[in-house]
Amino acid sequence: MTNHWIDIANSDCIFIIGSNAAENHPISFKWALRAKDKGATIIHVDPRYTRTSQHADVFARLRSGSDIPFFGGLIRYILANNLYFKDYVVNYTNASFIVSDKYDFKDGLFSGYDAEKRAYDKSSWSFARDDAGQIKKDPTLRDPRCVFQILKAHYDRYDMKSVSSVTGTPTADLQKVYQTYAATGKPEKSGTMLYAMGQTQHTVGVQNIRAMSIIQLLLGNMGVAGGGINALRGEANVQGSTDQGLLFHILPGYIPTPNAAMPTLAEYNAKNTPATKEPQSANWWGNRPKYMTSFLKSMYPNQEADVSYDYLPKLEPGKDYSWLSLFDVMLGGAFKGFFAWGQNPAASTANANKTREAMTKLDWMVTVNMFETETGSFWKGPGMDPKKVKTEVFFLPCAVSFEKEGSISNSGRWMQWRYPAQAPRGDSKPDGDIIYELFEKIRGLYAKEGGAYPDPIKNLNWDVATNHAFDPHKVAKLINGYFLKEKTLKVGDADKTFKPGDPVPSFALLQTDGSTCSGNWIYSGSYTDKNNAARRDKTQTPMQAKIGLYPGWTWAWPVNRRVLYNRASVDPQGKPYQPEKAVIAWQDGKWVGDVPDGPWPPMADQKGGKSPFIMTTEGMGLIFGPGRNDGPLPEHYEPLECPVGDNPFSKQLHNPTALKFAGPTEVHASCDPRFPFVCSTYRVTEHWQTGVMTRNSPWLLEAEPQMFCEMSPELAKMRGIQNGEKVILESTRGSLWAKAIVTERIQPFTVLGQTIHQVGIPWHYGWTWPKQGGDSANILCPSVGDPNTGIPETKAFMVNVRKA
Amino acid sequence: MTGKSFFVDLSRCTGCRGCQIACKQWKNKPVEPTENTGSHQNPPDLSWQTLKVVRFAEKTIDGKFQWLFFPDQCRHCLDAPCKMVGDSEVPDAIVQDPETGAVVFTEKCKGLTAGGVREACPYDIPRVDPATKLMYKCDLCNDRIHAGLLPSCVQTCPTGTMNFGDRDEMLALAKDRLAKLKPKFPKAELVDADSVRVIFLTPFPPSAYYKYVQFGDASPRPLSRKAFLAKVMRPLRAFG
Repeated sequence: MTNHWIDIANSDCIFIIGSNAAENHPISFKWALRAKDKGATIIHVDPRYTRTSQHADVFARLRSGSDIPFFGGLIRYILANNLYFKDYVVNYTNASFIVSDKYDFKDGLFSGYDAEKRAYDKSSWSFARDDAGQIKKDPTLRDPRCVFQILKAHYDRYDMKSVSSVTGTPTADLQKVYQTYAATGKPEKSGTMLYAMGQTQHTVGVQNIRAMSIIQLLLGNMGVAGGGINALRGEANVQGSTDQGLLFHILPGYIPTPNAAMPTLAEYNAKNTPATKEPQSANWWGNRPKYMTSFLKSMYPNQEADVSYDYLPKLEPGKDYSWLSLFDVMLGGAFKGFFAWGQNPAASTANANKTREAMTKLDWMVTVNMFETETGSFWKGPGMDPKKVKTEVFFLPCAVSFEKEGSISNSGRWMQWRYPAQAPRGDSKPDGDIIYELFEKIRGLYAKEGGAYPDPIKNLNWDVATNHAFDPHKVAKLINGYFLKEKTLKVGDADKTFKPGDPVPSFALLQTDGSTCSGNWIYSGSYTDKNNAARRDKTQTPMQAKIGLYPGWTWAWPVNRRVLYNRASVDPQGKPYQPEKAVIAWQDGKWVGDVPDGPWPPMADQKGGKSPFIMTTEGMGLIFGPGRNDGPLPEHYEPLECPVGDNPFSKQLHNPTALKFAGPTEVHASCDPRFPFVCSTYRVTEHWQTGVMTRNSPWLLEAEPQMFCEMSPELAKMRGIQNGEKVILESTRGSLWAKAIVTERIQPFTVLGQTIHQVGIPWHYGWTWPKQGGDSANILCPSVGDPNTGIPETKAFMVNVRKA
Repeated sequence: MTGKSFFVDLSRCTGCRGCQIACKQWKNKPVEPTENTGSHQNPPDLSWQTLKVVRFAEKTIDGKFQWLFFPDQCRHCLDAPCKMVGDSEVPDAIVQDPETGAVVFTEKCKGLTAGGVREACPYDIPRVDPATKLMYKCDLCNDRIHAGLLPSCVQTCPTGTMNFGDRDEMLALAKDRLAKLKPKFPKAELVDADSVRVIFLTPFPPSAYYKYVQFGDASPRPLSRKAFLAKVMRPLRAFG
């Protein structure tokens, strides 16, 4: 979230798309309904009518996989009717930038496409520069090569009729949504966009989010109270784990993982430190070397950063290490061992039969969990002959979240400290202790036996325990960072001398000279003289009270800022666009309210002022976004399995850069009469993820006991299915049974003149428990993914449904 | 002393069933063997093991589709027909806490004709454990109330649907909320507010949610003579 949960209550219009917030994020509706009490409008756009739709003032259906046409139509509507926030667009976005002559877009392909590599050379997606290296701009937005005009031309094809024909949304409903949401383009109005996996789990997932970002920038909804792009995260600490470098392409704090083409720290820094000639850009990532060095010093305090950089594993350039690729490689027999730590990939991973088969190629697997899972028991699962599976499986029992101390970071980036409510049961241990003991053993073996390249193991900072028990406070202090050498630095207007061991008060003081360490620069400031994540102080100023901002309640990254990009909520003089719900304001030569996005004076100050989007190189919100793998502007492509043979917007039916694999597990069925129905997976309130915890919680299982398939009365009639009957769903990848829920909440769509049926299934079940519960929805889902993130396309694929 | 009341604002209910689960948890109720019968409503009904159940209904009202959620529970009538019927068989098998107003089934309920007690209830709430003959329903979390806590279902509700407090405060809150909703939901009402302690605000007609939402809505309901008498006596004894 750029904003946070409470802030939803500040919104004038809450646009929920690709999310069933009321069911899957019940707390979100505490705040959404408070906004409604104050007169806000709730819009819900979804393939089916859910508990969220019931509370929406405006509900519109769209076919799964047609979000970009829906958004493209909205962008066109905003531009055609001059409903954008002009000052904001000119001053705070790259709308005025002149795009390079080499950039082009034709028939669904952007310039630079290499059909053989199925990838783009992105060099033409850039901006024209003058002799001084500054980007050429046209603040009147009239130049035909400026971003604004290119945007307008790009989405001119997304007229209401074409959009309706692809999405299946009636034009009257489109009109209603567009009109309602575009009204937030008024400077005094704010609109928030809430989304979840319904937006991301597509082969155009990242571009779905880009489309929302463009809309929010056009309407001036970024940085304001009740605005923002708000990902409702699907797991209590998924924000925290992403922040801490869970994914393959980033180290903690969103620092890119080094690859083999960057053999030294100097080369890494040269390639990963953006530079700009824009005088008012803070270009915050220009500080990246400080964060990288401080990270390296947190891992190897006694080594020079150059040496510890060598220690870090390097990716092969151009190679994908994302989730689907891991299992594809595992199926090829490339892995000997596998740790499934707090995860259940045999149920959670798209194309689950492929995933389960891949596990048979392992020599060993360690599963760390609280319960038996489909992963730990894959060898005795459906279709497996235990005698023929060579994989040796070890099961380590771990403690539950409320049996251990530590922090979780919620969707709103609040780092919240938790205490154990009780001791772990039996021999189960907190994950931290399991990792601690495991590494102690590994290091012991290296000390005893030597081994290849022992230095990275031998020299690792492993001061994470007290009396041989994992110590979350020590780790939290290391993540915050501390001084390793005595250092005198300017803090405010005065010099301050820090001694070795002193906590780093903020990432602004991190250094490249090795005098500081910080495990994760964005968490610098979280654990200083005290554990700020443990704060429960409700003190606020009257200004903060107006927007439900509690600066003393836990701690938010970065630097306790609660609303990101908040410098865009004020005009260039620092005056709030929405004085009644101001986030920050420039008063008497200083900022008041939230922690501003940087201490500099407002933008109108030509000398000291900075542009608001400090994390982008040019300081502007990216309407034209040159960094993604599949284009600088979102473009509609059908899901890799789709019910239509044509794309009315271009000749490209599918995303030409989508992540896909080869082999018999990878057969895709588009317009295949054997698999005529669009299927989407989703969640229910009562279950969580693959259901490992909730299927083992009897009261929750009682409320949602079995795998089900929601379908329209029309489809049920066509297939002779009665409500509550068992049905079989099948895709090219497998089949499973479900109980039919026949409901008017699901309706057929009219898409390009044909009737298209859609069904929906939850993904919380698995064969281990309960015995009559059903199996994982992911048996049906394709292993294809977004070209930027590799996230699988589990929200739109093709199935058949028949009576069991 | 006007005791306590719930105000259940159905305009805010998202059907998350936190209340249903919290009830089972506080009461440490056993699990019923359920299966999906083509509905999200599960367990399918109240039982001696399930004192609160969220009922789901799909209705088209004035041409518009509605998915309605109704967290069903004992209404804790000010003058409880179940108690009147019960007292005629075993005095004080069903008691009313003079302080909170909670209507509570005691162990003495074993001696009651369970069918008669259930029939006496205008909202079809009481249930019996066939093995022990003990009767069950929501007891207002009377133990929690006396310990200064909120009822378990209220404590867990994330949206402000479930509210609990002194009766006059709850009535004021209910009336205020009703006035705010009226322009948008002209048929909204406070169901049987004068005679029960669990006051539902229904944006749509009560019968759209479930047949036993409003007193008398489900008639003709087979009423025993005693229950009938209890019913006719009720308005005389009702107080605000």
